[in-house]
Amino acid sequence: MTSKFTLKILRGIRGEQYWEEFELSLTPSANVVSSLMEIQRNPINKEGVRTTPVAWEQGCLEEVCGSCSMLINGKPRQSCTALIHSLIQEYRSSTIVLAPFTKFPLVRDLVVDRKQMFESLKKVKAWISVDGTWDEKEKGEKISPEVQEALYVLSTCMTCGCCSESCPQVNERSEFMGPAAMSQLRLFDSHPVGSLQKSERLHAALGKEGIAGCGNAQNCVRVCPKNIPLTESIALIGREATKQAFREFFSLPDA
Amino acid sequence: MSAKEVIVVGGGLAGLAAAMKLAEQEFHVKLVSLTKVRRSHSVCAQGGINIGINLKGEGDSPIIHAYDTIKGGDFLGNQPPILEMCMAGPAILRMLERFGCPFNRTLEGNVDFRRFGGTLYHRTAFCGASTGQQLLYSLDEQVRRYEAEGRVEKFENHEFLRLVQDEDGIARGIVMQDLYNSNLIVLKADAVVMATGGLGVIYKKSTMSTFCTGAANGRLYMQGMKYANPEFIQIHPTAVPGEDKMRLISESSRGEGGRMWVYGNSSKTIEFPDGSVRPCGKTGEPWYFLEEMYPALGNLVPRDIGSREVLRVCELGLGAEGKPQVYLDVTHLSPEVHHKLEAVLDIYQKFTGEDPRHKPMKIFPAVHYSMGGAWVDWPAADDPDRGARYRQMTNLPGCFCVGEAEYQYHGANRLGANSLLACIFAGLVAGVEVPRYLNALKKQHTDIKEIHFQGALQEEGEKRSSLMNRKGPENVHKLHDELADWMLRNVSVKRNNEDLKKTYEKIKEIRERLEHISLDDKGSILNQTYTFANQFGPMLELALAITEGALRRNEFRGSHFKPEFPKRDDENWLKTTIATYDPVRREPVIGYEPVDLRHLDPIKRDYTHAKKVEPTLKNIPTNIQLPL
Repeated sequence: MTSKFTLKILRGIRGEQYWEEFELSLTPSANVVSSLMEIQRNPINKEGVRTTPVAWEQGCLEEVCGSCSMLINGKPRQSCTALIHSLIQEYRSSTIVLAPFTKFPLVRDLVVDRKQMFESLKKVKAWISVDGTWDEKEKGEKISPEVQEALYVLSTCMTCGCCSESCPQVNERSEFMGPAAMSQLRLFDSHPVGSLQKSERLHAALGKEGIAGCGNAQNCVRVCPKNIPLTESIALIGREATKQAFREFFSLPDA
Repeated sequence: MSAKEVIVVGGGLAGLAAAMKLAEQEFHVKLVSLTKVRRSHSVCAQGGINIGINLKGEGDSPIIHAYDTIKGGDFLGNQPPILEMCMAGPAILRMLERFGCPFNRTLEGNVDFRRFGGTLYHRTAFCGASTGQQLLYSLDEQVRRYEAEGRVEKFENHEFLRLVQDEDGIARGIVMQDLYNSNLIVLKADAVVMATGGLGVIYKKSTMSTFCTGAANGRLYMQGMKYANPEFIQIHPTAVPGEDKMRLISESSRGEGGRMWVYGNSSKTIEFPDGSVRPCGKTGEPWYFLEEMYPALGNLVPRDIGSREVLRVCELGLGAEGKPQVYLDVTHLSPEVHHKLEAVLDIYQKFTGEDPRHKPMKIFPAVHYSMGGAWVDWPAADDPDRGARYRQMTNLPGCFCVGEAEYQYHGANRLGANSLLACIFAGLVAGVEVPRYLNALKKQHTDIKEIHFQGALQEEGEKRSSLMNRKGPENVHKLHDELADWMLRNVSVKRNNEDLKKTYEKIKEIRERLEHISLDDKGSILNQTYTFANQFGPMLELALAITEGALRRNEFRGSHFKPEFPKRDDENWLKTTIATYDPVRREPVIGYEPVDLRHLDPIKRDYTHAKKVEPTLKNIPTNIQLPL
């Protein structure tokens, strides 16, 4: 194994992006984040020129907060779990290429603003409309372990944006909200109480920003770090929404 | 007319609980966060939330929960807030269920409970092994609903820099910075709720998220906020050392049956908690040291005890593979149990490449939580002046504090799975106390002279240019490495006065060298070097308070272990440390305050023969009003 490796990083701000390379010593448990930390401590590029530290987003470093997404060798993923020695082995190259996501506004270097993902959660009403926080003093609804398990899996989405980044249908010409929001819509439609607001979510599901935008490329499920069945969610919403749309069309309130 | 605008700083569980409760009462909440709130450090909590609701037929109750919490905290916690927190537990669980939080279920469809440290009861409700994430999402969703209605306005990717106070010292807003473009902004309101979390980054590598610098608390402390029990830092027994951080392996791995061991060596001896000196197991065979030393609680001893024993075993040279690490073994557990722990086992595998289902994990203790924090008030339900005081309010009028950033609920050691409860509870309490405070407030921020806001803004502007213009040989990240190295060595599991004194001087030296740094980035767009350098100053002031608090406290209590003084000393040290900042000498002034012990007299904290007890707490007020 080589004792040095290179990070080739797409840097800069919108309209002024450039590549810069950094050579680092390989340590056994180094990951992309620890390597960026090393550059931060000592920002000298491969040419030996002192430069500015690379900006990146980070948080928990345990792949549960969704902060540190970026393109690593072209693949959208979390940089905390991107171990350097595994990358070198997998790609048979001691140069690792880092770039910011392309489907969100660039802030600087590897940082983009994923605000639109959170805005989408508003559009799909990703919540349960409780009456208030006061105590109802009675035991909550019973939920089977199977239903809990299904809800939990959907609820582990950390809004990291890998799915949107990989999706050919998320682009400047389309209004598709992306797979994550669709899956959240399914989560709340599937909850016994959340399902009471199903019809309110219908518009979001069937509108231009909704499931119609999905081209079934299946990229999202391949890149999701949490293995959330995103395309299954989209297909399911499609079936449910069509049924419901028919019901509403014929205005049969309690059908 | 009462003011209707409140600033909440921090969007973890505590901040979101406060924001939600305030928005529900039709306040306009300005929510300020370093990151998108859904990424706050609460997501890292793995194991669960303690609720004394007795759904397992064991006779558990909020009273027993309070007893365990007070005892687990080695009697340093004020008892009235702990009691009320535990009493509110069942209602908080019901609330979270209504929000759709996907708690694990029993076959009957009820919320399931697992075991956790410091208790013999199944008291911990959980969502797989990412409970904090699920709880945070549940509150985030409710807050988003209010955001969509216009009741909550978010300022994400903004950092709190300073509290704005009027001529009477009353909080009237904050100065914050937009991290994307470095703009300094004044935000006005008549109450500020701080919920900025812990300070693990002072130790650099901890189990905490990189947001948890403690800088916000450091800034307020430098503005005159009292800081309580700084020396009590929780070290979690089980983390995986990494280059960038210490990754937590949840206590739930032991709650579900995981065992800690090293290979024994009968030629070596160790002193057991009962005072006997015994051999370190049998040579060549697994030695389950916690199970032997603490037969009742075994692997589920409280965290301070677990961490000390791991360290002792390693100091004897018994560490796994000759390194400072011990085995945490879940290989014998069933696939169903592995599934319940999946989130945490997967993380171990992703970072180490080894499958913990087949090979014991290797772990070591790591800085995990700060029991101390902002001093906040807590008039008890039956105190005669209850109506004139405000719970969760710091000594700076109008500035409240909730969550890990404050000191109230955990005493000298926090029990696992109590933090999520404490965060949500305190947030809800602030949600009802802030309106009371605002009702009594005579002037509104609109009546306050602009000069107070502009003056604060100007001061932050000057600080920025001073920092940007420094020219010297020092590098702030290398200073951070040095600080962390000293703090980890001398102000973590084991402390001694000699080294504490040296550390105190070292921190002052680092503070001096901070004046001679040069920033590698002078730009205004997302300048993370500047942001960190700006945080580092207040972090150093808190580090001084932590170290000075530890130096003064000559006893052994909870997480504060000083072998020179190997016993808890209630006569001299059953008191809360209060650090205040002396801006002239630039040093912490340490004072003390009695602990409120009205419900339970201190007893010995013995976990060697623990058995289920039915404790009685005295003087329980009859007029307790829970915040939900």
